[in-house]
Amino acid sequence: MTIFPELVLATGALTLFLVSLAKTPSERLSYAVALVFGTATFVATLLSFHSQGLLFYGAYAVDQYSQLFKVLIAFSLLISLGFVKNLKGVSIDIHAEYYLFLLLCVLGLMMLVSSVELIAILVSLELSSFALYLLVPMRDDRTGLRMQMEAGMKYILFGIMATGFMLYGMSLLFGLTGTTYLKDILVFLGNSPPQPVVVIAILMVQAGFLYKLAAFPMHFWVPDVYQGACNATAGVIATLPKFAAVALLIRFFILPTGYAPMVVELLAVLALCSMFYGNLCALVQKDLKRMLGFSGIAHAGFILLALLTLKAEGYGVAIYYIAGYVLMNLACFLVINQASQGGENVRIDDLSGLYKRQPMLAFVLATGLFGLAGIPPFIGFMGKFLVLTTVLRADHLLVVCLAVINTAIAIYYYLSVVKVVYTVEPEDRPAIAVGPMVQLSGIVLVIMITLLGVFPGKLVDYASTVVQSLH
Amino acid sequence: MELLLIKEGFPLLSFLIFLPLVGAVVLLFFHGQTFARFWALLVTGVTAVSSIPLLISFDSSSTKYQLAEAYSWIPRFHINYIVGVDGISILLVLLTTLIMPFCVLASWKYIQQRVAPFMFCLLVMETSMIGVFVALDFVLFYIFWEFMLIPMYLLIAVWGGPRRVYASIKFFLYTLAGSVLLLVAIIALYLKSGSFFIPEMMWQPYSLTFQILVFLAFFLAFAIKVPMFPFHTWLPAAHVEAPTAGSVILASVLLKMGTYGMLRFCLPITPDATFLLATPILWLSIAGIIYGGFTALAQQDMKKLIAYSSVGHMGFVTLGIFVLNTRGVEGAILQMVNHGVTTGALFLLVGMIYERTHSRELALATGVGRYMPWFVTLLTFFSLSAFAFPGTNSFIGEFMVLAGAFQHNTALALAAIPGAVLAAAYMLRMLQKIVWGGTANPDQSYLTDLGVREVVVLTPFLLFVFWIGLGPQPFVNLIHGSVNHLLEQLQDWQQHQQVASVLWH
Repeated sequence: MTIFPELVLATGALTLFLVSLAKTPSERLSYAVALVFGTATFVATLLSFHSQGLLFYGAYAVDQYSQLFKVLIAFSLLISLGFVKNLKGVSIDIHAEYYLFLLLCVLGLMMLVSSVELIAILVSLELSSFALYLLVPMRDDRTGLRMQMEAGMKYILFGIMATGFMLYGMSLLFGLTGTTYLKDILVFLGNSPPQPVVVIAILMVQAGFLYKLAAFPMHFWVPDVYQGACNATAGVIATLPKFAAVALLIRFFILPTGYAPMVVELLAVLALCSMFYGNLCALVQKDLKRMLGFSGIAHAGFILLALLTLKAEGYGVAIYYIAGYVLMNLACFLVINQASQGGENVRIDDLSGLYKRQPMLAFVLATGLFGLAGIPPFIGFMGKFLVLTTVLRADHLLVVCLAVINTAIAIYYYLSVVKVVYTVEPEDRPAIAVGPMVQLSGIVLVIMITLLGVFPGKLVDYASTVVQSLH
Repeated sequence: MELLLIKEGFPLLSFLIFLPLVGAVVLLFFHGQTFARFWALLVTGVTAVSSIPLLISFDSSSTKYQLAEAYSWIPRFHINYIVGVDGISILLVLLTTLIMPFCVLASWKYIQQRVAPFMFCLLVMETSMIGVFVALDFVLFYIFWEFMLIPMYLLIAVWGGPRRVYASIKFFLYTLAGSVLLLVAIIALYLKSGSFFIPEMMWQPYSLTFQILVFLAFFLAFAIKVPMFPFHTWLPAAHVEAPTAGSVILASVLLKMGTYGMLRFCLPITPDATFLLATPILWLSIAGIIYGGFTALAQQDMKKLIAYSSVGHMGFVTLGIFVLNTRGVEGAILQMVNHGVTTGALFLLVGMIYERTHSRELALATGVGRYMPWFVTLLTFFSLSAFAFPGTNSFIGEFMVLAGAFQHNTALALAAIPGAVLAAAYMLRMLQKIVWGGTANPDQSYLTDLGVREVVVLTPFLLFVFWIGLGPQPFVNLIHGSVNHLLEQLQDWQQHQQVASVLWH
């Protein structure tokens, strides 16, 4: 039972492989298989929620921490599968492969949150990354500009560079401590006198996860990859890997460096750079996905803020924040996927009069955007509020003030999308029909964004206690 | 928690907050136009009627927060769901609940498209407005305070006039930008006092620097909401473009939140900073009064005229608050209610003429007196009230504020007098044009006078104009206890500080 979700995903990937072998793979069959296995994964994560165990010579820990993240990842996978129907923008004969790599990527992410040994972490990270690298150029070449190829190249080159940093950091850690097990590293570092090289090693490892989180200075790939990848892929890149990134950032930040104040200062600077860079660039975007990409960089800054307290409470809040961020981004990408007629990119102008063309989508998008902007009672507000509270408790007044100024900047670009949706006339843009699956996903997202925003207590408490158990 | 008078049994305040919300959720599922209208009227009507018992169970001799409810909400961060009313907030709660049915009635014919979403926004607005006035937990307060921006934004942006996009975005950005630092101040206060419970944050020995910073954060947020000169520029735009119901809500309730916030938070939480910064704020109020008057005098658009007159009237309210004596503060609270009644009614009247002429231009509405006798009669009463004619409600409010101002500083009070004269000038100018006009009036013969629905809408406003104008004692009694208590504490605080400073030197 302990690795039931992973087994389900692996089976799903193999099934899709078999489906893809057929001469003319059926589009509906691949979607059905993916959806069935997506649902099964979610159920499996729920079933194995309380499992405990240490597998594979102690390299693979199944504990409350990993299971919490697995549930979140599986839920997001299910929702994104719920609204990508038809997979517009991906050529029909490779749909089976697309879902195959999607499931493999999720498998990698799930293994990643359970890995507690450097080599296992690297292997799982690469499994998930390489699956994602492949998803990006799978978009059909509609523009003739090979935009997707460019995006794929940028993603993989920057990604490999980040992995290089990480490997170097890991080698330093191994050289310092003589072990690859995080638990032993923790004990070793706790007992040894502070060494500057530890900080460098840990920061280099973190670079790999900051890349996944799209935080400054590992953010360069974001706008082009979001724009070049098809809408469904961009939705996946914007959501699922962020969970694993936060999970692993926390795993490494609990390692004692001996130079905590320096790490905190560095994190504060990175967080503020992320926010200012993301928000200021987002102000001028015309393409909705690019805008969300830049907004994602800004939100990564908020995650770093939560982490910089280096305390269990801050980590708990970071988990809550990332869960909220993913929910709200899923809501936005749900609308992008529907608003795009044949899989093309959605400019903000294309949403004109969405309110008249499909009120339900407009409502979901407005909820997502107001949430991202941090307006109560949505989860984005509560996340922002709790992050600011924990950071101010750690006495970083200036950082908090600069962060709230950023929320004031950010509201402008979120609001200008809402403005287009609700006040501009649709002119000759057609109405949009949405299927029951999309409606269901949308309603679930809106309810979760609101309810988790109003009642954050349980999740934050649980996340904080779970993080406590990592020490 | 000894500051709360917990209400056992039926949770009346929560009922008032959440009934409109439940009503709004119902409108998500049923979209019929007629149903939406009647349903919204029913829900706001029931809310209004159920708010009457507030008056009955309210004990004006007690200075505690009454009818309170307290539940644990987010224990890890000491956030609780605590609501309650005192003399400062009870009139504003009643003003909100009583005005909402008339907003629905005023939109009966005005709103012809997307009726259900419109009523949805109105009901959600009501929830958050009542919430702001009764919240005693700062996080709860902030949630209602900010959430309100969304329905109000939509009311202006979707159902507003030709420049609605500009006006709604300006409204949203201005108010949001103003309140982001409020959030930091709230968190900072929490870290100092260990709780988000508002009364526990009051009268704490914070350092002066801390108080000044918190005060400035408060002040920025509230001054934009009031709006005080020079933060008022969003108001004319928003007022002009909003649909009638939106203008009424803005004028009658939303603006009061700023002054309510100053009374509730600035004075008791940051008393030293208040003493220190009161004088510049008083002169800003004077500037607002004079500026509002002169600008209103020059307007050709009726809604703009009333909007600028609001800047002036709200200047009187902030003037009353920061003279820090009983007359001034009581006058300010009364003036808040008066402004809600009078300006709300004036916006309704302008809305009624707009429904007929489809223009808010003063020049196109000249000389309607001949064809709309009922309309101009009512307009006259409310205009008289707007420039504080004796016998009307605003006279009492402005008189008390001016009396308080004279008590505080004669030069200050004298400076406010031209504002009162200007008010008469611009209201009479409007009245003269609308009732009689000149020799070149446009043809108004197609106009029909007010219908029964419209007269019914305006009558209660008229009732309050004269009730407060002729017999204000019951209203003053309601607020007197809490205001006195607040000012006594403020005085004690000042004396305490003086003693402390004497001992130190």
